Amino acid sequence: DSQTTAFLLRKHWVLYSVTPLYKFSSAHLKVYAKLLSAFIAAEKQKGLAVEVGVELDIKVAVTSLPDLKGSDQDEAAILVQLSLRSQASQKKSEEKLVWSGWFCSVCGDDLSKNMPEDFTCLPVFLANGAESYTSIVGSWFQKTFDCCFHRLAISPLNLSWMAAMWTGCKVDETASAMELVFSVPHLPQSLDILYAIHPEDAKALWDTVQKTPGEITQEEVDVFMDCLYSHFHRHFKIHLSSTKLVKVSTAIASAHCDGIIKFLQSQYVIEVLMLLTELAISQIQ
Amino acid sequence: SEKMQRKKGSGTPKQPLQDRQKSQSDLSAWRKGGTIDPEKSVQDHQSLNDQEANSKQDSLEPALSYFAKVQDHISLKRNSALQRHLATVESIALQRGLPPEAFDVLLNAALSGKLADTVNTRLLKSLIPDSVIPETSVVSSVSWLCVSKCSSNIQVLFLRWLITFFDFIDHKEELHALYGFFFYFLQDEKMCPYVCHVLYLLTRKENVKPFRVRRLLDLQAKMGMRSHLQALLSLYKLFCPELVTIILPAKTKTYFKNAEGPWKAAIKTIRQRKQKNSPVPQPLLLGTAQPRSRKRKWNTQLMIPASSTNRNHLEEVRQKNSDLYSTDECFPVEQLQTFPQLLQNIHHLEFPSRMGSVLTNPLLLHYMNCIKDESVYLRLYYWLGQTLQEECTWCVADNSQHEEEFKDFLETLCSAQCFLQEGLSPCEEFLYRSLPLWDGLCCRSQILRLVSWIPLNSFSEMKSHLYDPLAQLFFTSSLYFKCSVLESLKGLLQNWLNWQMVHLDSASDSRIHSLNTTFSGLLNMVAELIHFVGMISTVALRLESDHTFLLYFILDFYETVCDMYLKYNLPLLIMPPAGVFYPMLLSMDSVSLNQLCYIMYRYRTNLVAAKENEQSKKEIQQFRFSNETYKEYNQYITAMVGCLWTSNAFQKDIHPQGLRMDDELLNKTAVEEFRTSFNIVYHPAMIGYAVLFLQQACPGDITFNFNLIKKNWYLEYLYAQGLEGLKVFIESSINRVSKAS
Repeated sequence: DSQTTAFLLRKHWVLYSVTPLYKFSSAHLKVYAKLLSAFIAAEKQKGLAVEVGVELDIKVAVTSLPDLKGSDQDEAAILVQLSLRSQASQKKSEEKLVWSGWFCSVCGDDLSKNMPEDFTCLPVFLANGAESYTSIVGSWFQKTFDCCFHRLAISPLNLSWMAAMWTGCKVDETASAMELVFSVPHLPQSLDILYAIHPEDAKALWDTVQKTPGEITQEEVDVFMDCLYSHFHRHFKIHLSSTKLVKVSTAIASAHCDGIIKFLQSQYVIEVLMLLTELAISQIQ
Repeated sequence: SEKMQRKKGSGTPKQPLQDRQKSQSDLSAWRKGGTIDPEKSVQDHQSLNDQEANSKQDSLEPALSYFAKVQDHISLKRNSALQRHLATVESIALQRGLPPEAFDVLLNAALSGKLADTVNTRLLKSLIPDSVIPETSVVSSVSWLCVSKCSSNIQVLFLRWLITFFDFIDHKEELHALYGFFFYFLQDEKMCPYVCHVLYLLTRKENVKPFRVRRLLDLQAKMGMRSHLQALLSLYKLFCPELVTIILPAKTKTYFKNAEGPWKAAIKTIRQRKQKNSPVPQPLLLGTAQPRSRKRKWNTQLMIPASSTNRNHLEEVRQKNSDLYSTDECFPVEQLQTFPQLLQNIHHLEFPSRMGSVLTNPLLLHYMNCIKDESVYLRLYYWLGQTLQEECTWCVADNSQHEEEFKDFLETLCSAQCFLQEGLSPCEEFLYRSLPLWDGLCCRSQILRLVSWIPLNSFSEMKSHLYDPLAQLFFTSSLYFKCSVLESLKGLLQNWLNWQMVHLDSASDSRIHSLNTTFSGLLNMVAELIHFVGMISTVALRLESDHTFLLYFILDFYETVCDMYLKYNLPLLIMPPAGVFYPMLLSMDSVSLNQLCYIMYRYRTNLVAAKENEQSKKEIQQFRFSNETYKEYNQYITAMVGCLWTSNAFQKDIHPQGLRMDDELLNKTAVEEFRTSFNIVYHPAMIGYAVLFLQQACPGDITFNFNLIKKNWYLEYLYAQGLEGLKVFIESSINRVSKAS
């Protein structure tokens, strides 16, 4: 389990929401890989027709990640990897991973229930690598499975939820500091404020705020953030509530409002994905 | 001249069944104009022969016989006969085109290599048909190409000629048999682009063979990217996707350059000449949205995808050869051009790979309407929902510079919904989400048209989603905006009424009873809309001081409302609020008053019909009109009769917001004879007619003694002025009331 998720850790993933895929079947992943690699080659070579099945510079692997799901109703996650075959040395083993992206759904029942069987619900797509590849792969999926990709931005409200949720999670190792980045609006030059809190202090604060373990309410999140704000105001006389929360990083994960996420703890990947699935579904519906 | 007439009569343009999907773009308009029918063309030709002086025809014949017998290597400069005959051919060709029999001779002469290239070029350039080109002449020309007697320039020129006039060749069967020969010419680098184009026009499914695919790929490897090779490959892939396992670039470019050949001007002249007599039939298709070259980040570009076949990419997983013999293969959407094609192929049509493309394709919209498949709608809805959400210029911060594009997109949506006669639910959600942020200006006409297509659906909360944001804009915007909103809401009401008629008609009686709760929900929706319009109309009349223009739109709305029971079979009748009724009744404008009379007449007809039905049939008792409605109607009628007939509106009007006034107060107005000063003669909207009537009845009398007016004659006069509404109202309501009183 941790091996499959190991490659997800400590990478910046750009988030997208994806509408249900039409006529996608996990039984044909190999065929998809072949078609996709020919498509990439055709796009890269600026208009040359490319025969499907011949050896190409870019190798595409489409695989299933059966462990990456929340419930039995979820579809297994699908991983797409692009590797570059080095042309200098003829050895096949020398392949360099240049881009990866994966579709997943963790407890996405809201979307998948009552969905006709021709549709596959994998509402979150995460990409790491050059945007040009994301664009080609995304276009191919859109064209082939009649779906739509859209950047999944994270609102400040959802970022504060993440801050509160992740503060409460237990981490074995000595954790790094919790960091919140705020951006001050309406200034000629951009001004960001970095607010770092010792993880144990943050946890202690959260424990006093949270009433029932395992359950979080909007009110509790508000109280937690207000406490942090008033502490900051006491020292610096700055009202953080008038600024915009743009980034949250904790020992669990870090998230940026532009829709970029970094997983740091393999045991919490599923929890983070559950929240992202929820956000993606609300963007789709 | 008799002949001419007959010719014209038989020459009505026929729309040929377009079973061929490829045609020369430049000629398609002409061909659609009805010139393709060979029979007709021959007729044309013959009548032309009859009509025109024989001398002209005679002059071509010596030229043709000269070129038929022409010897090798004649110099143009030193041979006056050749000069003369060549000039004859050129002038006749340019003036009226060449007859079919000329082509065999002239093509043979031009391609046999007997003459100098300058002569050959001039001959080929003048090969302009007046009707059709016989296939045999083209076939023999191809055999000349095979023996390569002529120079490469002439070969290329011939191919360009063939491409330009491809649609004029009378038959193409034998030409198709030469497919292999043309394919062989591909290896000639100079001819290759033109041969590709010819092959593109000739290719049928059976021509697609694995060795040909391989050859094309080899050529591509040798020559690099060539758009003409790509064109042919993409056509092969379209016909036999299982044989052509290649991926072509997603961006389609122009495959072939437009025919800029020497024949363009000649074609244009002949087309104009022919078009004089044959009106061009309206094209069936709406325009397809052109992809734009907007530089933005990936996937944030507003683009309606082009229709392309949903290639089942798993075909290679299936048995490889099954497709070659199967009969139930799918008809590619790219080839779907005409309605007859849709009818012929409806049983094996497949939706395009991206459902969004149906929006610009009426044929596919027709098909979608027939299919009613849930996944079809779901695919379209997801795409539409996401696109609207991402592209809305006033909801997304940095989108404002793309307003025109968004407007076009909404326009497309409006036409598609109108075509389907049905609202699409993503549009509804989009309106609910974006209206609170709307400034009332951006894409106004499109947004208001979308509002008209919100589906009738008792689950949506119209008040908070639609009415509240719309009312806010309505009250703070211009008179014209108010009128547009009223027009849009009238459209909404009519669409709802039409919808419920169609849907309740199709449901069986037992289902209506089981749907009672839903049906009353729908009734409430309709009632809520009418009350909302009544409310905003009342306020708007105050704000705009009873502007006539505004009255017109409000009356227009109530013209639909007053007839709902009889016209739409809906057990619902709602009277306008007093704030709307009285400004109409007291309007200074006879058009408004006349329309109000008509509306009140229709209310009466509907109410009488309802009462009769209630007494005869006892079922559906829960949907009878309330006594309140009858009472309200009677109050209004009393006021109207008082105002227009009995002059007692101030005394008899019993509506709480009505005209009733104490005599004491009326005395204070210092109006003499206030008792009789408000009737069909003195009503401000009518007094103009009264004056004109008096002038006609007693010319020269300038005292304007209105007491002289005889009611019956005056009414006849008013009816003759076109006040139809007043007529039906007085005939139905007043005569009764006055008789009773």
